[in-house]
Amino acid sequence: MASHELSFPVTDPGEILKLRVGDEVTVQGHILGIRDRTQIRIFDQGVEPPMDLAGAFLLHTAPNVRKLGPGRYEKLCIGTTTSARMVRFTEPLGERYGVRAICGKGGFPDEAIEPMARLGMVYFAIVGGAAALETTQIEEIEEVFWEELMPECLWKFRVKDFGPLTVGIDAHGNSLYHDVQAAANEKLKEIFARF
Amino acid sequence: MSVQEMNLAAPPSPLQEIVTETASHLYVWALKDIPQDLRDALSDARARETSVPGRRVLETIHRNINVADSERNLVCQDTGIAVYHCRVGEGFPLHPTRIYEALRDGTARATLEHPLRSNAVHTLTRENTGPNIGHRLPIVHWEFIADWDGLDVKCVPKGSGSENMSFLKMCVPADGVNGIKRFVLESIVSSGGKPCPPGIVGVGIGGSADYAMYLAKEAIMRPIGTRNDDPLVAALEDELYALLNETGIGPMGLGGDVTVLQCHIEHADTHMTLNPVAVNYQCWAARRASAHVTAAGAVDYDREA
Repeated sequence: MASHELSFPVTDPGEILKLRVGDEVTVQGHILGIRDRTQIRIFDQGVEPPMDLAGAFLLHTAPNVRKLGPGRYEKLCIGTTTSARMVRFTEPLGERYGVRAICGKGGFPDEAIEPMARLGMVYFAIVGGAAALETTQIEEIEEVFWEELMPECLWKFRVKDFGPLTVGIDAHGNSLYHDVQAAANEKLKEIFARF
Repeated sequence: MSVQEMNLAAPPSPLQEIVTETASHLYVWALKDIPQDLRDALSDARARETSVPGRRVLETIHRNINVADSERNLVCQDTGIAVYHCRVGEGFPLHPTRIYEALRDGTARATLEHPLRSNAVHTLTRENTGPNIGHRLPIVHWEFIADWDGLDVKCVPKGSGSENMSFLKMCVPADGVNGIKRFVLESIVSSGGKPCPPGIVGVGIGGSADYAMYLAKEAIMRPIGTRNDDPLVAALEDELYALLNETGIGPMGLGGDVTVLQCHIEHADTHMTLNPVAVNYQCWAARRASAHVTAAGAVDYDREA
């Protein structure tokens, strides 16, 4: 299992293709915060995102912030939410907007594997609940769009040494979640046979 | 004006204000400073995990707890739904209706003054209902104690990632104990990484459907690794703890040796044709903080209860 450092947004798709499930990744540059309501607005209500998402890294989050002035926010505590609720947005995020990486906790179900392989996308697993650490790795909230969805706005964060992340689903059709679940189901059969 | 109406118009008593301030303190304290028994359990997990992603997760959790301590920040951004457990002595000079008011006001005070993210919404409209309060929020578990005049308050903020992984099955008597064990194992395996493992699996057995889930929540509030007084139930806790860690789900569902930190079970006797089993998962950030309040209003804070 290799270690990588990647800067987002990525311009070279090869950067994503070199990642394999289980690899450790540390992220620099800019990442975007997004959640249920943000994506419902884009895909169910047909509102075009107010910024370019090509090559982007999306983080499933709804941060605790303090308002400093118009459009300006100070971070208080920023952590990551459960991804599985938002799996259906994976394909259109990659296909229409060129998103390359989605980061959250708990993983995506198997329906994300095929579109991620076809579109050259990865899913990064972060440690759920490790918000105190995550907050220190987010240097600044640079921009906020759709403030009326607070806290489920579209957030632009500048990060430094964001991670460590684990590649949970790679762009080659592999999912750590699928493999762990399949092995656990086999183990359960063995356990139940002992009862 | 009747006596009752006059009392309703009265300002909160000094004791009520003390309980309000206690609740406010407990909510923030629980979110920032996790108990020593949990720190020890997470350290043990880090020492025995062998998978590479699992070790990475447990190391990150360790770093996160240290950063929360040094920065005085929240351990997890999900400030949860405020849940309290109260043990009220029969001689405690504040009626439970006023204790409830104090817990509600204290929750709101902490949320506004810290400030904390407010998660409370109307279930249908999804509109925010206030500073982590609303209709029937916060949630309080009550226990009444004879021959005592004190009050114990425990605050257990419950995050949604793990609360969403709650399961109830009305097993039949013929399913027996094996039916209970199968359901707990299937529930935790199907949850995968979503409830932020490794955490505490709370199991409630017996009673009725609603009471089984209530007991499962009581189970996650216990100090980690404590055992049920009933030796039969304690043996089932030991057995399920070992079996759950055989599943290989691992930290954050990325595979590994440590799937759960503990399994706690609470039970009630039940109807001869019932065999209910409820599972309530508590994520690794098993936050709780307690205080003991005397009849005279002295408060003794206790992180380990």
